[in-house]
Amino acid sequence: MELFIDITLLTFLCITAMAITVIRKLFCAVMLASIFSLLCACLFVTMDAVDVAFTEAAVGSGISTVLMLAALNLTHSREKRPPHQPLVALLVVGVTGIVLMYGTMDLPVFGDAAAPIHHHVAPRYIEQSPLEVGPPNFVTSILASYRGYDTLAETIVIFTAGLSVIALLGIRDRYAGRPIPSDRSAMKDYVVLRIVAKMLMPFVFLFALYVQFHGDYGAGGGFQAGVIFASGVIIHSLTLGRDRTLKAFPHQFLRGLATVGVLIYGGTGLASILRGGNFLDYSVLAATQLKGQHLGIFLVELGVGLTVFSIMILMYYAFSYRREP
Amino acid sequence: MNLAGHYNYWVAIFLMMTGFYVVISRGNLIKKLIGLNLFSTSVFILYISLGKIHGATAPIADDRFQLYSNPVPHVLILTAIVVGVATTAVGLALITRIYEQYGSIEEDDIRIKDESL
Repeated sequence: MELFIDITLLTFLCITAMAITVIRKLFCAVMLASIFSLLCACLFVTMDAVDVAFTEAAVGSGISTVLMLAALNLTHSREKRPPHQPLVALLVVGVTGIVLMYGTMDLPVFGDAAAPIHHHVAPRYIEQSPLEVGPPNFVTSILASYRGYDTLAETIVIFTAGLSVIALLGIRDRYAGRPIPSDRSAMKDYVVLRIVAKMLMPFVFLFALYVQFHGDYGAGGGFQAGVIFASGVIIHSLTLGRDRTLKAFPHQFLRGLATVGVLIYGGTGLASILRGGNFLDYSVLAATQLKGQHLGIFLVELGVGLTVFSIMILMYYAFSYRREP
Repeated sequence: MNLAGHYNYWVAIFLMMTGFYVVISRGNLIKKLIGLNLFSTSVFILYISLGKIHGATAPIADDRFQLYSNPVPHVLILTAIVVGVATTAVGLALITRIYEQYGSIEEDDIRIKDESL
């Protein structure tokens, strides 16, 4: 049964990928890419990667699609016929593919418990992390504690990417210090959509908070929560008009929040140095090791959540306010 | 040779090559970016496939289960996805600026404009 689901999903993925290659309307290509991500998320669930599936569903088929559509709105939405023959490209791709397939011959069989990858650090994490770090979700323990350095660097990468987008596009508030005219609602004519989306909003925010604070025990964490919270704000912007969203979540405030997120993460590391431990060694933060780890992971995930949330919204702002009507 | 045993890897490579093909054969910059995303998502599939163990469950500790899939690739890919969308956004911002400057997002039009300067 598992194999059947696996093969069905992979077949659908292949069909979607081929359609993306062939189709010339960029709008359709973006929507197909969104479907591709959703199928991938399903595939990740069948392969036990629930946290990854969560992220892929929220980021790949959510935020990524929104940003692509916003960029299409600013540019052209139709692709020109490619002028050169695709034969050379096909040859290069074919040869590379065959070489890579030859490489997979040495890989262990799919799902093999004896594969080398499962006999290095992974068993140690699985056996020791509930005793050393605490949270039942191993992914959270590794992400926030064992590999805290990597995650700090990745948070900074996201922060820097956000800064670059703002530097390239800028954000202009047309109604800064002035009231917004009452007729400027994005979906004035779509009553059902508007009301349903409005009712959905508080639940999206509540769910984001749940994902943020329950990430130690189940699937979830700062990255996912930040993206889900951001999609709630994007619903706000689609239903009530983007000018109102900019009033409710001012971009100056979000810039500050993104910085605060990175500072909370780095500050937790510095606090553990000041208390006599190593950088990002949370064990010294509280009376016992497990309490310290719990506090450290809570703070670090909060920092990640704040940064991801504000950077995603700022990117959305940068694209959707670029060309003024 | 176990066909089902390597099926996941081969499909991941096929998808990777589809993305690669889109990147090198299409002149439209947004299409190239979509191809790049396709490529990176296939790498994610390959990584997660390597972490799967038959009969195991999701890596969340519970007394009822003994065998868990490998959580290390999950951590790597989780952060890679979010970093991926951040870098895609930078790419889209650059494409938007290129469009504003050149009036086109087709590679050939941009090259012609560049050469006529």
